[in-house]
Amino acid sequence: MIPAIATAVGIGLVVAGIAFALIGSIGVLRLPDFYTRIHAASKLDTISLGLCMTGLAILQGPDLNAVKLILIFVFASIANPAAANALGRSAIRAGLEPWSAGRDRKGARR
Amino acid sequence: MNIAIFGMMLALVVAVLLPLYRVVKGPTVFDRMMGVGVIGTKAVLLVCLAGFAYQRVDMFIDIAISYAMLNFFGTVVVAKYLDHSGARER
Repeated sequence: MIPAIATAVGIGLVVAGIAFALIGSIGVLRLPDFYTRIHAASKLDTISLGLCMTGLAILQGPDLNAVKLILIFVFASIANPAAANALGRSAIRAGLEPWSAGRDRKGARR
Repeated sequence: MNIAIFGMMLALVVAVLLPLYRVVKGPTVFDRMMGVGVIGTKAVLLVCLAGFAYQRVDMFIDIAISYAMLNFFGTVVVAKYLDHSGARER
């Protein structure tokens, strides 16, 4: 009974994480400029990695490998927003204009 | 069980192919680096799922950990390099 519930919960979490990964990929492909795209990329990647790693750790059962899977999640939840922040700050310093109502997709004034 | 894991890996491959367009065609170099980061995160997931599919989780998880660290350091190093080299938009 308990192993069946654990397997169902684990598979459900992994499938939810993969759904978040697909939505994040569509956001990276479709959103209008760099800053909106990096918003989609960093947030949805972090949540999809967290859901998938938690689900895989539940599927694995309590041992060292489950601890390592949770450690990957902890590291990614610190590192992924930090990397996105560094990239966005260097884009601002390089003079990349954010998309707004009066501009087209390349940042030029209409 | 194995069929389910291969189905999940197939969905993740689709999720890797979509940002690849951003890497190839991205208007700025920042878009390309962001696409590389997204693909790296999904590659970590793919490696973990491959470990479950081949029943060798202990070996594949170490590869996934090192790949996650390399992805982070690569993105931060390129961001700092672009910061200091005074790169304009392209």
